Formats: sequence, C-alpha cells, structure tokens
Amino acid sequence: MNEAILPTRTPAFEARIRKRYAAERRFKLAGLLSILFSIAVLAFLLITMASNGISGFKRVELAVEIDFPEAGITGDPAVLAQPNAIQSLEAQGLPAVVEFYATQSLGEEGAQQINSEAWRDVAKKIIADPSLLGAKATVMVPASHKLASAYSGDGQASLQPLAKKLKAEGKLQKNFDFGFLSRSDATDPQLVGIWGALKGSMLTMVVTLAFAFPIGVLAALYLEEYAPKNRWTDIIEVSINNLAAVPSIIFGLLGLAVFLTVFPSYRSAPLIGGLTLALMTMPVIVIAGRNAIKAVPPTIRDGALALGASPIQVVFHHVLPLALPGILTGTIIGMARALGETAPALMIGMRAFVATPPDGFTSPATLLPVQIFLWSDEIDRGFVERTSAAIIVLLLFLLVMNGLAIYLRNRFEKKW
Amino acid sequence: MSPAILLLLALGLGLAGWLAARARAWSFRRAVPDRRLASLPSYYGWYVALWIVIPALLFILAWGFVAPMLVTQSVMADPAAAHLPVFGLQRETILAEARAVASGASHAVFNPLAKELVEPYRDALTRMNAIGIAATLVVAFLGGAWSFTRLRPDFRARTRVERIVMLTLLLASLVAILTTLGIFLSLVFETVRFFGMIDPISFLFGTHWGPDPMSSVEAADPSRFGAIPLFWGTIYIGAIIAMIVAIPLGLMSAIYLTQYASPTWRKWLKPALEILAGVPTVVYGYFAALTIAPAIRDLANSIGISNASSESALAAGLVMGVMIIPFVSSMADDSIAAVPQAMRDGSLAMGATTNETIRRVLVPAALPGIVAGVMLAISRAIGETMIVVMAAGYAANLSGNPLEAMTTVTVQIVAMLTGEASFDHPATLSAFALGFVLFLVTLGLNIVALRVVKRFREAYE
Repeated sequence: MNEAILPTRTPAFEARIRKRYAAERRFKLAGLLSILFSIAVLAFLLITMASNGISGFKRVELAVEIDFPEAGITGDPAVLAQPNAIQSLEAQGLPAVVEFYATQSLGEEGAQQINSEAWRDVAKKIIADPSLLGAKATVMVPASHKLASAYSGDGQASLQPLAKKLKAEGKLQKNFDFGFLSRSDATDPQLVGIWGALKGSMLTMVVTLAFAFPIGVLAALYLEEYAPKNRWTDIIEVSINNLAAVPSIIFGLLGLAVFLTVFPSYRSAPLIGGLTLALMTMPVIVIAGRNAIKAVPPTIRDGALALGASPIQVVFHHVLPLALPGILTGTIIGMARALGETAPALMIGMRAFVATPPDGFTSPATLLPVQIFLWSDEIDRGFVERTSAAIIVLLLFLLVMNGLAIYLRNRFEKKW
Repeated sequence: MSPAILLLLALGLGLAGWLAARARAWSFRRAVPDRRLASLPSYYGWYVALWIVIPALLFILAWGFVAPMLVTQSVMADPAAAHLPVFGLQRETILAEARAVASGASHAVFNPLAKELVEPYRDALTRMNAIGIAATLVVAFLGGAWSFTRLRPDFRARTRVERIVMLTLLLASLVAILTTLGIFLSLVFETVRFFGMIDPISFLFGTHWGPDPMSSVEAADPSRFGAIPLFWGTIYIGAIIAMIVAIPLGLMSAIYLTQYASPTWRKWLKPALEILAGVPTVVYGYFAALTIAPAIRDLANSIGISNASSESALAAGLVMGVMIIPFVSSMADDSIAAVPQAMRDGSLAMGATTNETIRRVLVPAALPGIVAGVMLAISRAIGETMIVVMAAGYAANLSGNPLEAMTTVTVQIVAMLTGEASFDHPATLSAFALGFVLFLVTLGLNIVALRVVKRFREAYE
C-alpha cells in the first residue's frame, strides 16, 4: 500500500488536525481558567478580609501605672462579687483616679487621649482580679479613637507626634482585644464588640429552627408519602418551589406587613426576625427533605407494610429515621443561609442601635450580618477593621455549619 | 413568663394522661389475657395525651390574646385610671410604663400617673395569671377525663391518633400556601393603597425617581415617583453586567468540571466553587464597596475618565456576577448531564474532538436547560439586595455608563422603609409597590424557567 495515498498524511489534513487539536487545548484551558478565576476571587476576598480583620481583633491601648493603695480604692471581695460592683467603684472615685494616674504616666497631653470609658475597663479588671488593688500595677486602658487612628498613621496630624512619642516609650501599644467578643455595639470603634449581635443572631436562629424544622419535615413527609395527586397538592408544590426562589427582601416585606402589624410591640425582636427567616428557610428544608425521603428505597416501605405496619408507622418508624441525615444536612445548609441573611432583618427594624445584648426572644436585638452592614456605613477608619473582624467571625460560623453538613453527609449517607 | 409556665403545665398534664391511659390499657390486657387489644397500649396513652394537650394549647393561644385586654380593662376600672389622658400616644406610654414595672421588666417609674397605676396593674396581672392557670387545668382535665372514659379494650386508639398525625402533616404543608398567599395579599393591599395616591401610569412609566419622605401625605407629587430609572438600574446591573460575567464563566466552569476534570480534581474544585455561593451577600457587598469600587474608580481615573464615582454599577454588577457563577454552573451542569450519553458517544465516534462535541452537540442539546438556568440566575440577581445597597448607591440615574452610580428596585425598598417617613406616606408605600413588581417578575421568570426545564427533561426521557 502506498503511504502517500493515506488521507491522514496529506499536508492539508495534518495542518487541519493540528488546528483542531490546538482549539481543543485552548478550549480546555479556557474552562480551567474560568474555574481558577472564581477561586482566585474567593481567595482574594478571604485574604482581604483576613488581613484587615486580624487588626480588627486588636485595639490601641495606653499603659497607665496606677497605685491603688495610695489612691485609696478598696474592694471588699464580697462587694466586688455583686452585680453593681462597677457602680461601687465609680462611687469611690475610680474615674478620677484613672485620670490622675494617666496624667502622671502619660503627661497632660496623653491623659486627654485615654478613652472616656477607660475607667470601666479598669473596674472590670479589678472585679476579675481583686488582688490588683493590693499594689501598684500597670493597667492597659483603651486609647481614644483619635489617638488610635493617629497610631495607624492617619487621622489628625496634630496627634501624630504624641502617638510617635508614646509609641517609642512603649506606652502606646496595639494589643489583642478579647473584649471584642464580649462587648456590644458602641459609637466608638475602640469600644465596640460583637457579642450583642452574635447573641441576637443565635436567639433568632433558635426561633427559626424551632418553626422551620418541624413544619418543613412534616410538609416534606406529607408531600412525598401521603399527598393524593390532585389540584391542591399541585398548588402546594408550586408554592413551595416558588417560595424557594422569592427574593429574601420580599420575606422582609411580609414580616413588616404581617408580623409587625400583629405584634407591633416586638419590633426588632429575635422572635419576629426568627419567624420571618423561618418562612424563608422552610421551603429549603422541604425540598431537601423530599429528596432525602425519595432516596429511601421502596422495599423498606413494602417490607414494613407486609409485616402489618400502618402507613403512619411505616413513615415514622422506618422512612423518617433513614432519611434524617439527609434532612439534617439540608436543614443546616438552610440555617447557614438564614444566618447570613441581611435584607429581611433590615425590613423588620433589626437595624436599630442596640448597645446591650438581648436578654430574651422579645427584647430588641440586632443580627451579626446587620451589624456588619451598620459598621460598614461608619466613616471612622477603626470601623473598617472592626467590620472585617466581624466578617471573619460570621464566616467562621458559616464554615463550621457547612463543615458539619458535609460531615453528616459523608458519615451517614447510604447508597442503596 | 406566664405562657411558658402554662405550656409546661399542659405538657406535664399530657405526660400524666399518657401514663395513666397506658396503665389503663395494660389493666385491660391483664383482665382478659387471651384477648387482644385493638391498639398497642402506648396508642391509648397518646390518645389521651393529645386530648389533654391540644385543647389546652388552643386555650393558651386564645388566652394569650384575651388576657392583656382583660388586664387593661380591669385597670381602666380602677379609680386611678380616671386621671389618664383620654386618647393618644401619651396614654399608651403611661400604660406601657406601668405595665413594664408591674411585670418586672423595668424597675423605676418616672411618670406619677404611671406610678399610681402600677398597683392595679400588678393586682390584675396576678389575678389573670391565677385565672389562666386554673382555666388551663380545667380545660386539660375535661379533655383528659372525657377521652379517658372512652377507653375500652376494643377502642381503636391508633386510628384516631393517626388521624390527628395526618391532619398535622396536612396543616404543615398548608403553611407554604399561607405564606405565598400572605406575601401576595400584603403586597397587593399596600400597593393598592399606594396607587390610590399615585396613579399607576406615572409610577410605571415615569422617568424621574425622587420621593420626598418629608412632604405632606396629601400633596405627594406623582412626577417624583417614576420607577423607570429603578427598573433600568436593576436590569443593567442584575441582568446585563452580572450576566456578562456569570454566563461565560459559569458555563465554562460547568463544561470543564463535567467533561474534562478528572474525578480527583472535580472532588476539590466543585466544593471550592460552591463556597462562593455560601458567602453571605453582606460580605460581597462590603468587598465590592471597600475593594472593587475604589479599584474601578482608580482604573477609570488612570485611563483619563475623571468623573468616575466611588459607587458604580460596574462594581456591584461584577461582584454580583461572581456571586452568581456557582448558580449558573450547577444549573448548566445538571442540564449537560441530562443529555443522553449516546449523543456524546455518537459525536466522538464520528471523529469530533471533545470541544467540537461539546459546542456542536452537548450545548445545543442542553440549551433549553441552560437558558432556564440563566433565567433563574437573573431572577436571583435582580432580587439581590445587599451588594447593590452597599456598592451601587442610592442615586436614580437613567444612564448607560457603567461607571456611574445607579440604584435598583431592592435598594429603594430598603431606602424607603428605613427612612423617617410615616407608614402611611406614599414614599413608604412605594416600597410595597416596588416589592410587588419584583415579586411578579421573579415569579414569572421562575414559572417559565421551571416549565422549560420540565419540558426539556421530558424530551430525553
């Protein structure tokens, strides 16, 4: 056979095939690049938040040397254990004492830049450790937010020399601020914390779970196992599928128009927020639940029915336990989405300034994502870092929840 | 505090009823050992427990609404209440203050009138609590006693319990219809009120948006309620800029993941892509406002466009597009996977390369599904709130320049409802009209998309 006759060896064919293979490689590369682009954006986002956020967990503090015995501040441990210990220390003149020693340690100019609430921090430290009162001690107190921004190199130019001087003396430091996780909202970025918002979010999630989970699971069981094929069932299915796709802000409008009209006194309470988010989460749980129930093989049902179980017993004794891991996975994913939801909470008034953590389901509260939104509106440079720090906390919570969902899926998922 | 106590009381009584009825069933069985009961003993227990708990719960629910009214009424009967202002806000605040102190929610009273009312309030509250507990006990006892006397060895407790369980399941699934209906009715109701003040034509076709929340309610100017700039901003950001980013990237990601990536790669890449979908929108919004928008402005300045604003449609649209990528990708993934393997094999057997197969066979065959996916993605993008609130701005601009600030329907809903205007003001009500338009559009997109997907699935089955 003559080689020249082989059609694959003609130069035109070879050139064409090279071109086609090159197109193939380009296409494959484009696919890979588009995925890598998304991942790069994600990585960039996380790195931006982390690099800003790490310093959000710290704050600028001044070292003040206080001689407690000389100042005459006394603290009976029994008094300090009482809830009003801070007031008792205030009555003994602690604010003035802190100011006096600040002047001694930092000079007139420096003392003006301790935070107006600095004495509260000192009081809390005394309550935590009453032995502090026995001797001279160096206490770190928060600086004013003006000095804090001067520390980072911006803000008022007139404070820059002072910041540089105190920094060189080691009296102005940026320290890790554990209080950020235990305080609530404030107007001064040096004094804010996220505990209030976090607690509000937790209370809201409890309400959401308490309503969305049982209703969602029961509705899924009904639709998948018992619902007769008729128009009512169709309407239920269509409305669940549509609710899953309705924008979250519409649920906020519903909460505003219905829940707040019925319970006007519970404005910005976790109860209302939780109910609104429950309506939003319920369809997600129903859809995930139906898929999990569908995955249980019919032989299980047939076996139970053959042994004389009633339809209800079949479902509650056999189908539901087998479908539960799948339902829980869907529930956790739905809850994670609800935890990050901001727009509906804004609609029902959860954007108010709340300076104390909510102490129940009916007291005013704010949510972690709403707190992030509120802080992002602040102009002060200190809030930028605090916002990123709050975002890190939110993302960590979501990571834990999604990790739990993936674990459940891998651990309990059965292939029939 | 009191509802929680009543609730615990009802549940405790239910438990007692459950135990008693089960013991009764056992005693039937012991009395005639060779005769079978109609149901297992625990079903007798459940039957009585439900008869105790359900009436008690219904009563507690009703009581929760009635009791505060009764308390107020009995306080009003007190001579001290005669000094109260007759109507209005002041009266309400005095009452609220006295109520808060009497129930222990706060400690101090400032208003002397409220101080006088604290005692009557406290008396009324204690009285009502006592009545509530007593009445709950009576209701629970009546239910329990009636059901307990019906227990017989041949009593079909299981069928009755199961009927209640079935009813509960049905009620749970009706919540979805109620929610849909609730959304629809509340939006329609407020929208009709809004159209009573501003005529629909100038709302839907007007080109100037600038409601003044401070103007008087009667003198609302219809020419300031033209929503066209909002619709344009929404479409421009959500359906144009975001989709220019999301469609090619999402589609190519799906193609790479399904057709090229090895299983190991796929195992790592797919969850990484899904993380993008799990990031809360407020985080995207902050990212867009803090990082992307200034970068775009600087870029525009450096190529000589000096009037670029710090809030831009482009920044919001780009970030939104990235957010939508995993959504488009998973929809495309599903529809490509639904194309029968035989079509792919046939194309490859004819000598087509993989990318020729994908472009000429798989994508055209999956096109209806992909289009439906894109429609769902658009419906999600136009309903997205936080990114646009934080990055696109509040200025209603009717312009095609992506570097300008633009506003969307969702941004204005937030702006109108978080402002200072009263609830009856057309500016506030316009938020509901905008919400209604948004609801109808997303609903329409979803219904059409789901129908397309369904028909497309059937074509290959």
